[in-house]
Amino acid sequence: MEIPYTVEPRKDTGLYNAKVGIWLFLASEVMLFGALFSSYILLRVGADVGEWPRDLLNVPIGTVNTLVLICSSVTVVLGWAALKQNNFAKYRMFQTITVLCAFAFVGIKSFEYYDKFTHYQVITKDGKVYDGHLHSRTAEQVVLQGHEIDASKGKAEGVRKAQKADKHGKEIVIKTSDIQKIGNYGPKHNTYMSIYFTLTGLHALHVIAGALVIAYILWPGARMWKTEPERYANRVEVSGLFWHFVDLVWIFLFPVLYLL
Amino acid sequence: MKFAASGSQNGENRMQTSSAHAHAPTGDAHGSHPHHDEGGFLKKYVFSTDHKVIGVQYGITALVFLLVGFVLIMCMRWQIAYPGKAIPVLGGLLTSVFGDLASGGVMTPDLYNMFGAMHGTIMVFLAIVPLAFGAFGNLVVPLQIGAPDMAFPRVNMVSYQCYAAGCIVMVVSFFIPGGAAQAGWTSYSPLATAIPGMGQTFWLVGMVLLITSSLLGAVNFIATIIQLRAPGMTWMRLPFFVWAQFVTGFLLLLAFPPLEAAGLMQLADKVLHTSFFLPTGLAMGGELANISGGGSPLLWQHLFWFLGHPEVYVLILPAIGIVGEIVACNTRKPLWGYKSLVYSVLAIGFISFIVWAHHMYLTGMGTKISTFFQTTTMIISIPSVIILTCLFISLWGGSIRFNTPMLFALAFLPMFGIGGLTGLPLGFNYSDIHLHDTYYVIAHFHYVVAPGTIFALLAGVYFWYPKVTGRYMNETLGKIHFWVSLVGMNLVFMPMFYQGMSGMLRRMSDGGAMYSIAQTPNAIGGLSATIIKLNEYVTHAAGLLALAQIPFIINFFWSISNGKKVESDNPWQATTLDWQTPTPPPHGNFETVPTVVRGPYDYSLPGAKADFVPQNQNP
Repeated sequence: MEIPYTVEPRKDTGLYNAKVGIWLFLASEVMLFGALFSSYILLRVGADVGEWPRDLLNVPIGTVNTLVLICSSVTVVLGWAALKQNNFAKYRMFQTITVLCAFAFVGIKSFEYYDKFTHYQVITKDGKVYDGHLHSRTAEQVVLQGHEIDASKGKAEGVRKAQKADKHGKEIVIKTSDIQKIGNYGPKHNTYMSIYFTLTGLHALHVIAGALVIAYILWPGARMWKTEPERYANRVEVSGLFWHFVDLVWIFLFPVLYLL
Repeated sequence: MKFAASGSQNGENRMQTSSAHAHAPTGDAHGSHPHHDEGGFLKKYVFSTDHKVIGVQYGITALVFLLVGFVLIMCMRWQIAYPGKAIPVLGGLLTSVFGDLASGGVMTPDLYNMFGAMHGTIMVFLAIVPLAFGAFGNLVVPLQIGAPDMAFPRVNMVSYQCYAAGCIVMVVSFFIPGGAAQAGWTSYSPLATAIPGMGQTFWLVGMVLLITSSLLGAVNFIATIIQLRAPGMTWMRLPFFVWAQFVTGFLLLLAFPPLEAAGLMQLADKVLHTSFFLPTGLAMGGELANISGGGSPLLWQHLFWFLGHPEVYVLILPAIGIVGEIVACNTRKPLWGYKSLVYSVLAIGFISFIVWAHHMYLTGMGTKISTFFQTTTMIISIPSVIILTCLFISLWGGSIRFNTPMLFALAFLPMFGIGGLTGLPLGFNYSDIHLHDTYYVIAHFHYVVAPGTIFALLAGVYFWYPKVTGRYMNETLGKIHFWVSLVGMNLVFMPMFYQGMSGMLRRMSDGGAMYSIAQTPNAIGGLSATIIKLNEYVTHAAGLLALAQIPFIINFFWSISNGKKVESDNPWQATTLDWQTPTPPPHGNFETVPTVVRGPYDYSLPGAKADFVPQNQNP
């Protein structure tokens, strides 16, 4: 006996097996990201006053990245529709754009990560807080391009106010012997950065995985189009469903992390 | 008469099957079936995509871990009863493996914590869930719904491999410097993060693998049950076991990802030094920890128990399903209230997602939240009681066959009943204040899982063994196994209720000796000598329970080649489709697609020739 409904849909459910599978998988993904979003809420509500950063991320860059992903979502649908119309060349063109969009997204995201890893906060022994991009760092001194922060209402709030007043700040030289604590805006900087890197990192992994699957179907896996066109179209559809989900996660991530 | 006739008919089927199987090409165009006859040992038994082989893989691995978990607790029980004395038999081995942690064969508190954490982890995630869901689900569900295999056979194989990898990581963690995780199976932060060593990191990596495995399994099971039901197998004709597995699949699918998220965050706390679960001002080792702080220890508990409570139903629902099948077959009458059973299982599935915080009454999360979760907890006991009542009433008026599987299934009912009812005082937050974190809790959930679920799983082993191997397990050994286990289980867990109500706390490596009145005279609320003395009796009873498993282990292996051969493909004269296949079922299970024409439990149908009518046959 062969496994039924691998290609053609079952009458009473109207679905083929893989489609049921991907929807179930996406349901569990909703719970995975849902748990992280819930954690975001609990961490934010529980944060000390003035310690939850706002306006920290670059909104224009985030907007561009959002548009890149939305564009890829459109091309995925167009590609699948072209395939259903037997237009393989058009399908290949659209899906190539999808994969390029995915690379563009990950590229822009890495630039944002790089920006955060070179963004430092220094607390001196006399209690002053400095914040800015690392200019240079030697054994004797640290040079930052940024501000001295008024941390009386919380460090994050102080950074926000200073950046609002003067975007670029000035060059600050701090002696290593004066430094009590120095660290970049990596995951351990505060709980906001922790959840930011966890959420966007996990999302980026999904983008990369989705792009790899789509690229595999597009090039090495394309032989199936000749032998089993219907099954091939199903594969494209299922990978597309996953891709839409990945985009949708970003549609929630963008306002939560960048705007709110 | 009918019995002999059906036997020979099935015998012919079997011959046809074997010849057809040898010649016909088994691989289909989609490449989802490998050619089983052509593959070597590796392909047939290790990298198999056949649901039955994967089921057996799951079963054997899980039974091994059931034994491992039992050995861990035996060492701990010795330490509880005789703190500071060398462990007999295993003491030398522990010293050579763990060095200072078990010098002279004596268990140190650190080793006790490690074994405690790993006993829980192994029993829940490596033994019982894989046995209940992975093994019985894989073996039985596709057969019962009349499917040739699971919907995604290769995903099924990967699911087992992820599980095996998770098992390896967990086992290896015992032998790394510092040893395995020590923060309990619940791994509460900040304790889990603060304990030095790599044990907790290994635990988390292992858990991510196990969660991936159960995620793949759950997707596969649900898709299989939705898509691959044989023609005529409508939802209300599904055997009860399939319903139980269906709901279990959803629980695993939706409850595990939050723990995966929590696991990733705790891993980040451990490796990247973030502060998801570490509050501001946390001191580690007497000094202020060098962390940003601002995290929430309660967040971990919420995420953990959001999995943890549905997980309880993952442990119990397949067991209830197995008991339902065995009760119907061995009372020779339909399950009483099939629809009530199905709706109750569905109700449990839904409600189990909104009861988790009843594990957290004492965390200070607030009385309003406690009240909500207390209410939902009381509500979920209703469908549980409906299920138990239906199964009890099913016995009424049946002509019961007291074979080994039925004995285990019958014992399940009162044992699970005791476990469930003793949970009610824990579900009320005012009585929980007294009982929280005592041996009462241990007794409660072990009554649910040990003489409850494990008895049902053993019943399932005895019941489906003839289908897998073509031979029965030995009845005499089986009955010895059953009666001694039943007595042993109750002697182990019943005294713990008393100890717990008297105030003996869990997780004390000396069994509460420090707190006893014997050691500190006039201590207020100290434990009496009787309570402490009970530790010794319980340990002896656990020894009896260990001895009771020896006949089972012998029986399990001996019967593979020496057991009584089955007279037909349907040795228990059961109605469900799993018994309407050749024995053992070939790759692809059924020779032709079965057409289902009736409900799952048409036993003793008036006017029928035999006292059972299979789902795919007319009377």
